[in-house]
Amino acid sequence: MLIVKNLEKNFGKTKVLKNINLEINEKERVVIIGPSGCGKSTLLRCINQIEKPTKGKVLFEGIPLDDKKTDINKIRIKMGMVFQQFNLFPHLKVIDNIILAPVKLKLMSKEDAIKKGKMLLDKIGLAEKLNNYPKELSGGQQQRVAIIRALMLDPDLLLFDEPTSALDPEMKQEVLELMKNLGASGLTMIVVTHEMQFVKEFATRVIFIDEGKIVEEGKPNDLFNHPKSLRLKEFLNNIN
Amino acid sequence: MNLFENLYKTLIYDNRYLFFLEGIKNTLIIAFFAGIIGVIIGIIIALIKNYHEKTNKLKILNFLASCYVNIIRGTPTILQLMIIYYVIFASVEINIVFVGILAFGINSGAYVSEIIRAGINSIDKGQIEAGSSLGLNYPQIMHYIIMPQAIKNILPALGNEFITLVKETSVGAYIGIIELTKASDIVASRTYEYFFPLIIAAIIYLIITFCLSKLISIMERKLNNANS
Repeated sequence: MLIVKNLEKNFGKTKVLKNINLEINEKERVVIIGPSGCGKSTLLRCINQIEKPTKGKVLFEGIPLDDKKTDINKIRIKMGMVFQQFNLFPHLKVIDNIILAPVKLKLMSKEDAIKKGKMLLDKIGLAEKLNNYPKELSGGQQQRVAIIRALMLDPDLLLFDEPTSALDPEMKQEVLELMKNLGASGLTMIVVTHEMQFVKEFATRVIFIDEGKIVEEGKPNDLFNHPKSLRLKEFLNNIN
Repeated sequence: MNLFENLYKTLIYDNRYLFFLEGIKNTLIIAFFAGIIGVIIGIIIALIKNYHEKTNKLKILNFLASCYVNIIRGTPTILQLMIIYYVIFASVEINIVFVGILAFGINSGAYVSEIIRAGINSIDKGQIEAGSSLGLNYPQIMHYIIMPQAIKNILPALGNEFITLVKETSVGAYIGIIELTKASDIVASRTYEYFFPLIIAAIIYLIITFCLSKLISIMERKLNNANS
């Protein structure tokens, strides 16, 4: 579904990502872990081209994303993203936040979008917040609305950039639960997170990145219990 | 000489109030239409510059936009007005009020563009990223996400710009536009007395700008209530 080939990203002279190769298949739940500043978020942002890679290729469902003929906006409809700071639109009510893209992109009529939005909000128990503004919601609620906003477009792949890092501990759980449910429903996801307990229960594959390189990858059980590289051992010791 | 005698001489005698009315009319017409032109130019220039900042595209347009802003901001308004009237329209028979509208509009556009650009930049870049991640294109993101938020930050500075514009129209007197300041000057030259014509003009400017700032603060309040 997603292929990353020899990806490199420089910010000025700093090499943030060095020769990243990655292949992600349907229904995988891939979690990227690593120390702060190792390039995890940058990798995610390069995948959906919010950040332009310096070198290398990203192919989504066989389509090269950096190609001039590729309409990146069409690709992004199928590749949603959830941000650390939620990035809900503060001037729009919850319902208008989630129907904005499908309606303006003419993928759905306004009535259908509202119907679908209500249905999805109902599923996560936020139906009564429909007409509230984002700032009237708790952080956990805002992040769940942001996830619903991404789901409105029926993405094939959903990227999560540290979705719980800006949340109080008691609110993390509601977001992580929702992510687990999505995983169970078969959605393909790539997640950058520091919630190691969650990673163990959630991931089908874990990728450890350090200093812009993929150091180790594998099943969560193998990585957490039998780390091969010294760097991963150190990293796991430090967070425990 | 008492007050009423002076007012009579300044306004009533020989229908001199007609000069003031003509002056108010031209000042308002120039300020209003120049304001509209300024906002249109300002939005276009701000979007060109912002789009260039975000994507590094539109290099030539961005260069031209920067030249425009720098030239307008770096030269006196009066000089710009005289260049447009005496140089560009030198050999053309043209309505002088129209020249005023054009000159002040072009002048205002440069300042408005910087105001709008600052307003757009005041919005967290996560908003643009969120819009992009949903598959929206640049115009859609600007229209539905950034501008509605930026307008709150833009409005106060834009109000200032409009008030400045109203006062700046007095520069039009130099090329012979009968706007409010010129009108008071004409009356003074008939009454051989400056105090009353100038004070009357000043009071009229004050009334216009006071109404304008009231109008803007009402709009600000409405915006703040609408999406608090």
